[in-house]
Order: sequence, then structure tokens, then C-alpha cells
Amino acid sequence: MTRIHDMGGRFGDGPVVPDAPDAPVFATDWHAQALAVTLACGALGQWNIDISRHARERLSPQDYTGFSYYEIWISALTDLLVERGVLTLDDLRGQGDDTSHPLASRMLKADAVAAMLAKGGPADRASEIAPKFSPGQAVRCRHPGDSCLVDGGHTRLPAYAAGARGYVLRLHGTHVLPDSNAHDLGEAPEPLYAVRFAASELWANPENADDQVIIDLWQSYLEPL
Amino acid sequence: MPHDHHDHPHALLPPEPALRVKALETILTRKGLIDPGALDQIIDTYQNKIGPKNGAQVVARAWSDPGFRDALMQDATAVVADLGYFGRQGEHMVAVENTPDLHNMVVCTLCSCYPWPLLGIPPAWYKSDAYRARVVREPRAVLADFGVTLPKETAVRVWDSTAEMRYLVIPMRPEGSEGLSVDELAALVSRDSMIGTGLAKVAK
Repeated sequence: MTRIHDMGGRFGDGPVVPDAPDAPVFATDWHAQALAVTLACGALGQWNIDISRHARERLSPQDYTGFSYYEIWISALTDLLVERGVLTLDDLRGQGDDTSHPLASRMLKADAVAAMLAKGGPADRASEIAPKFSPGQAVRCRHPGDSCLVDGGHTRLPAYAAGARGYVLRLHGTHVLPDSNAHDLGEAPEPLYAVRFAASELWANPENADDQVIIDLWQSYLEPL
Repeated sequence: MPHDHHDHPHALLPPEPALRVKALETILTRKGLIDPGALDQIIDTYQNKIGPKNGAQVVARAWSDPGFRDALMQDATAVVADLGYFGRQGEHMVAVENTPDLHNMVVCTLCSCYPWPLLGIPPAWYKSDAYRARVVREPRAVLADFGVTLPKETAVRVWDSTAEMRYLVIPMRPEGSEGLSVDELAALVSRDSMIGTGLAKVAK
């Protein structure tokens, strides 16, 4: 049931390699271009952040594993542009036409970049769903942990926490539910919590008995204990 | 070069990544959907304007001013916005403080969530499979990759950024830093110390 991007706890990846203190922000020019094109296309308003994350996650496992970070971005962006009807397959083949595009009026202009980045995309929303849990309360993550709304769909419940018992650490307010928002099913805001898990609840051989993992989890991911 | 899998539209673009980006950019520019000048602005912002210096200012102020520190721990979003740090990927901020008993680290196991307005674009290792996979399960082994060893009695708390909350670690203030100005203190605050894979530098 796990998907390829959901890699928390996986074995076999080898060392983490820190960067040099003077490493550039972008290792090559095309990394910078990939990030900028992705942000500029987002400004066309044809998807939300959850849809774009889901597009990356459902690259084929072979592609997701074989691609570098920004290759994942640019390839998922290409797929999304076609799926949302912004570009056609003929456009990608170089056989499209260059007549005026209906979305051209929404193009992000250079002088609008600063305002776009400053505005961001807050995810807190008013919700009619009241918080069911309070700080200190024992909870369990639902199991199975895959999306309840769409088979194989987007969710932010990591597989390593499915079924695990923890304690509510804090209530963050009510936030857009990615499981719904990633599939054009509405924002469906609900309470969001930081939940504390003992390392021994998650791993057979934790490094230290007192270590913990905190995960941000929506109310519908949790059940009372 | 990895072979693109089956029938996803991206397989129609050149496989070499620099050419793939260029091809897409060209198509979008011809259609009037992206402005190359806007791309330059975005890149300039994250290459030159927004980076870990912002976060270091926040940490140095938290070390220097107990009132600021208390407000930051209470509502980091509002406090850092007052300093001019807000916007994309920093919409909802939480500050978490290291103590002798507790060391905080931040990851996004599902993608690469990171507090852009305070730390800029994440480094390659933060986005790597190795960091995402390992730090929740063996944070001390990951710290060893960074040359950091914690006392056994310090618990490690790893924050997995699965929602739109973004976490800034406030490292412990180094000994010998008494009497330093905010700017002198900020120079001791490395990017990695605000992710939790490093410690603040020792005052000279």
C-alpha cells in the first residue's frame, strides 16, 4: 500500500552527505530554472499545492527513483500542464500552435513576483468540525494509513506511523485537508494536530528510549485510545 | 540517463534534464504563459535575497531578548512577520527550542517542506532520500554524518513536516557568547543549526 515518495524509516539509503559551507543555492542553472518555471506555472491558478505534490508522487516508481530532485519537479509539472489542459501532447511534441492562449492574461509578470512570493498560500481555514482531541490526549493513527477518499490517492499520513499510538502535543488550528484538496474534492478543512510518538512505538530498535518523532496529523487520521 | 516510464506526457520532452527544462520553458514562453523576466526575479530572490541569514537574525534576537523569545515561542508566525520574514512556504511558523534535555531536528519525509522565508531553498541533502528515510528512525546516526554527537541523556525530537506548518530550530546559545551584539550572535548561527543537524558555532 505504500507509495514511492513515502520513505520515512526505509533502510538502505546510505550516508547523508552534508554540503560545503560555500555551496551555491542552486547546483546548476537548470535547477534554478526548474524551480522558477514551476512557481511561475503555479501562478496560472490551474492547481493547488496538494495537486502538485500528488503529481510528483504518482510518477511511476521507476521515474521517481531514477530522477533527481528537480527532474521530479519538471516532469511532474509537464504531466500536470497536460492533465489540466494548459498544454497538449502536440505542444510537447513541438507541433502545437503559438496563437494566443486563454490563460495568457494570467501570466506571472516580473513585477508581480515579489507580491506573489510574499502572499504565499496560507492553509488555515475556518471549519465547522470541532476539535475532538486536546493536548496530552492519547490517540492512535488510523490503520491502514492509505487515503480513505481515493484509492492510491494523496495523503499526508506517513506509512511508518499508521496504527501507531501517540499523544497530542498541540492543536495547530483548522487546515485544508490534503487528501481531499489534491483530488479536486474541496478543501474540507479540519483540526490539525502535532502528535508525539515515542521512537519505540515506531521502530523495533530505536537508538534511544527517550527519542521521539512529532508528526502533523489531521483529525480524520486519528482515533481516540 | 534514466529511461522515462511508459506513457506519461513528460516522456515526450528531451530526457536530458537541462534540455527538458529548456524545452518546457520555450513552449510556455511562446504561448505567453511565462515571462522569462519573472523567472529571473524568482531565481534572484532565492539566490540573493532570502536565505539562512534571516533565520539567524531570529535566533540571535531570541537569545538576546527574553520578551522576544517568549513571543516567538507563543506565535512564531506573527513575530517573524514583524521582522519582514513571511510568504511562500513560511505561512505557518513554529519555533522549537533546544535545551540540554531535548534536541530538535526537522525533516519532511514525504517531500521537502522547509521554511523558505527564514532559511531559503533547502540544501540537496535535506531533499535527499537518505535524509528523508533515515532521520526519523536513526537521528543520532544522521547527526554523526554531520560530525555531531549528543550526550546520551539528551532526547532527540524529530519533527516530520507533513502539513503546512514550518519549523525553525532555536539552537542552544553557545558558551562564551555573553555580551555579543545581535549581529555578532547571528554570525554564530549556521543554517544546519536551525534544521537541527548542527549546533551553533562556538564564540571566539
